[in-house]
Amino acid sequence: MFGWMAWTWPTILFFCGLFTAMAIITFIEIRYPGTSERKGVLGLTTTRGDRLFLSLLGAAYIFLAWIFFFGMPLWGPLAISIGWGVFCFWKV
Amino acid sequence: MKTENQKAWFFVLPVLLLVAFNALIPMMTVVNYSVQETFGNNVFFFEGLRWFEQLLNSERFHAALGRQFMFTGIILAIEIPLGIIIALSMPRQGFWVPVCLVLMALPMLIPWNVVGAMWNIFALPDIGLLGYLMNTTLGINYDMTQSPFAAWATIITMDVWHWTSLVVLLSYAGLVSIPDAYYQAAKIDGASPFKVFRYIQLPKMKQVLTIAILLRFMDSFNIYTEPFVLTGGGPGNSTTLLSIDLVKIALGQFDLGPAAAMSLIYFAITLLVSWLFYTLMTKDDAK
Repeated sequence: MFGWMAWTWPTILFFCGLFTAMAIITFIEIRYPGTSERKGVLGLTTTRGDRLFLSLLGAAYIFLAWIFFFGMPLWGPLAISIGWGVFCFWKV
Repeated sequence: MKTENQKAWFFVLPVLLLVAFNALIPMMTVVNYSVQETFGNNVFFFEGLRWFEQLLNSERFHAALGRQFMFTGIILAIEIPLGIIIALSMPRQGFWVPVCLVLMALPMLIPWNVVGAMWNIFALPDIGLLGYLMNTTLGINYDMTQSPFAAWATIITMDVWHWTSLVVLLSYAGLVSIPDAYYQAAKIDGASPFKVFRYIQLPKMKQVLTIAILLRFMDSFNIYTEPFVLTGGGPGNSTTLLSIDLVKIALGQFDLGPAAAMSLIYFAITLLVSWLFYTLMTKDDAK
């Protein structure tokens, strides 16, 4: 049924991670409603969903920039992306 | 705690399913393609992030991306101020209002490929009205099939002709929503027309202008049909915008892997710029 979608294990894991992240913030929202809106260090008013979006979009750019400047391997951008994600949820 | 009615979710469910089928699942397939190589027949070979590496370092991609930003930058710089000026000079009441509105809306009603074909015939140097006028009557050497500058001038003029109306209509909607009391107050204070524009009209138009800029950015950044029909990306590669290059790679060369990688980068750029625009322009309202 999904043969035409040309799945690979890395992309399956990628999407599982993505949907898990979305499920987690949905669960947190149901458990603690109110979107935890606040004004962060960048002067932006962000909700939990905004922070997830920023973490993921930022991670995409960090990986692309690393591939452009340094190429493989990709442990460096992985570490930076995790750091960026923590920063987003903590301060932004 | 207040119990909320959650039935509204059932109303959005059909849309969610539709979006899943026409956007989400194809997008996931594109992600899958972007890490593989195929020669057809649904046979794939895993390549990891090779296409991303290749693409980010390719001259061809940089050139197409540069042209795309130049195109979007130029048309935004022309259409937004021009749209505001036209909206300001349109009548606010009386017989001419519907006439102006209909005239403004006309270009937007024409299908994109027809716009491309129209301008192509219009601009042809030997038989086109514009081409003939420029070359024979005015004596200006103008041939969009030969000169990159003429080709650029033509696609930009075409886009301005086609889409300035959108900015006009949105700005106009913003303008007519300003109550008369504001203008009366400005008159009493003896404000100049520029001050009226700067402190009353522009702030009141901010919301609709945000939407106008966003829509024009996204549409022009993803533009394909009109320049493809008008110039086909030529002469040479001079008007090969990102989407035209993408289709060349995907369908012309059947390189689905690199094309998928390119689509994802393309998508990431659109997403970031749209987010930046929206965030920066709505930042002050959140206070």
